[in-house]
Amino acid sequence: MEQETQHPSPRFSPEALEKTEEIFRRYPPEHREAALMPILHLAQREFGGWLAPETIEYVAEFMNLAPIRVYEVASFYTMYNLKKVGRYHIQVCTNISCWLCDSNAIVETLKCKLGIGLGETSGDGRYTLAEVECLGACVNAPMLQINDDYFENLTPEQVVGMIDQLP
Amino acid sequence: MNPSPPTQIVYRNINKPDSHTLSVYQEGGGYKGGVLKALAKTPEEVIEEVKKSGIRGRGGAGFPAGIKWSFIPRVSPRPKFLVCNADEGEPGTCKDRDILRFDPHRLIEGMIIAAFAVGAERGYIYIRGEFYRESQRVEQAIRDAYAKGFLGENIFGKGIRFDLAVHLGAGAYVCGEETALLESLEGKKGQPRVKPPFPANVGLWGGPTVINNVETLASIPDILEYGGAWYAKLGVEKSTGTKIFSISGHVNRPGNHEVEMGIPLKTLIEQYAGGVRGGWDNLKGVIPGGSSSPILTRAACETVTMDYDSIAKAGSMLGSGAVIVIDKSVCVVRALARISRFYRHESCGQCTPCREGTGWLSQIITRIEAGGGKPGDIELLEELCGNISGKTICALGDAAAMPVAGAIRAFREEFVYHVEHGRCMVE
Repeated sequence: MEQETQHPSPRFSPEALEKTEEIFRRYPPEHREAALMPILHLAQREFGGWLAPETIEYVAEFMNLAPIRVYEVASFYTMYNLKKVGRYHIQVCTNISCWLCDSNAIVETLKCKLGIGLGETSGDGRYTLAEVECLGACVNAPMLQINDDYFENLTPEQVVGMIDQLP
Repeated sequence: MNPSPPTQIVYRNINKPDSHTLSVYQEGGGYKGGVLKALAKTPEEVIEEVKKSGIRGRGGAGFPAGIKWSFIPRVSPRPKFLVCNADEGEPGTCKDRDILRFDPHRLIEGMIIAAFAVGAERGYIYIRGEFYRESQRVEQAIRDAYAKGFLGENIFGKGIRFDLAVHLGAGAYVCGEETALLESLEGKKGQPRVKPPFPANVGLWGGPTVINNVETLASIPDILEYGGAWYAKLGVEKSTGTKIFSISGHVNRPGNHEVEMGIPLKTLIEQYAGGVRGGWDNLKGVIPGGSSSPILTRAACETVTMDYDSIAKAGSMLGSGAVIVIDKSVCVVRALARISRFYRHESCGQCTPCREGTGWLSQIITRIEAGGGKPGDIELLEELCGNISGKTICALGDAAAMPVAGAIRAFREEFVYHVEHGRCMVE
């Protein structure tokens, strides 16, 4: 078993708290709720790359909102992970422009290389493989995203090399 | 007064080294001609200049930007807002990303001018969440602009306030729809609002709000610097200025290119994108304006020009300017199945015709593609399209229906063959 729930009761670090102050300043003081999305992004980064139920509870308490209100937002947007994801979240675009440039070959190569299917996480918690809708890099198709970074103009061979080189 | 106006406007800087930095932007004349000329005018005069330019919204809907600005009430009991739509998500479209990461100051300067014109003291750039690296570039640019006094409580020493911040989305195509975007900006799930009231009257937190696309706003500094009349001479009547086209799919050199509107599609593909893979005769069709625009057959591609009217006459839309080129190796039914799966995934679930209809479209097309088509399926698809279009709060329903109706119209024989033979006539 990998390290299960590192943060049993999540609390923002002092640095993260400073960041939340900066986030709140972007919005009029009477509209603090607007900060919910960036605060959820921050919480996801701080607490293991996903929004565990206790993280959602914590954000709700932190924002002074009902947990269901936070869950509603967290579950609407695809980038908030409601399930644990691997250290490398590999998301392959298969929408029309990438599809025309054989993104299927990229997906199949990754399935084979990682030994997991779409939507699955490797047993060691290192990789999650997912299919995503258009990421807006269509003239550099096919492409994929690993965590925050785009990798574009890919060939299956390059993808294998990229995986081998991940630290 | 007007020293050699540029032929490229929005992408003028992007090939310079460190084009994203303040110093490079200023060396190229940034934060000078455009914004200073604007601030020397009255807001009404600025709006007039933009109206004169004829520039239409570059996000896809093509509404004249100057007229949109003029809808904002001059006096409002509630604060007014300016929002930049950088939720670039229409499949095939990737033009705004290059502005965000390579020339963010051009966007900021355009927003300062727009905010002054409509009287907004606060603005947001709503960037799709996946563009995290791009958003970091924009945030740095905003910090640099604050440090210079171009943003903040006394911009350019003129006693005018304009605060600007980035709001990062989190993965939802529907948030490109302007009222869904506003909901998302308010910290809610992105479900579109019923219109009217339109955002110009009741927008962000109930205040009058202008929402413009990145490319539109990035065009504004030059429009103010060189004049609306200069801009209106570029392009063609009713489709003035330049437009960035994202050319993807089966071309030899995919890429983003800024050209004057009205360029023949064939010229765009052959001269800018290196031609169709395997030659022009290998072309099957082109989706001219992002995945929601109906596909054009090769015959239509021979003559159509890239402006709003010409593409509309050919039965499609200029949309976001995403030109998706498809060669003869592709089964139209299969391509459409992929597109329809996308709209099904992205329907926000608010309106029944879209929530249910996109699912039906996707299922039926996938079934036909897989060889399980039944007599009457094609007619059922057409009926479904009619039951979605125009019957939903936002245009996502139409965006899902249009490519289906369009593909059947242009390539009906392929659908019929699929249904009758249980397989493809192409592959």
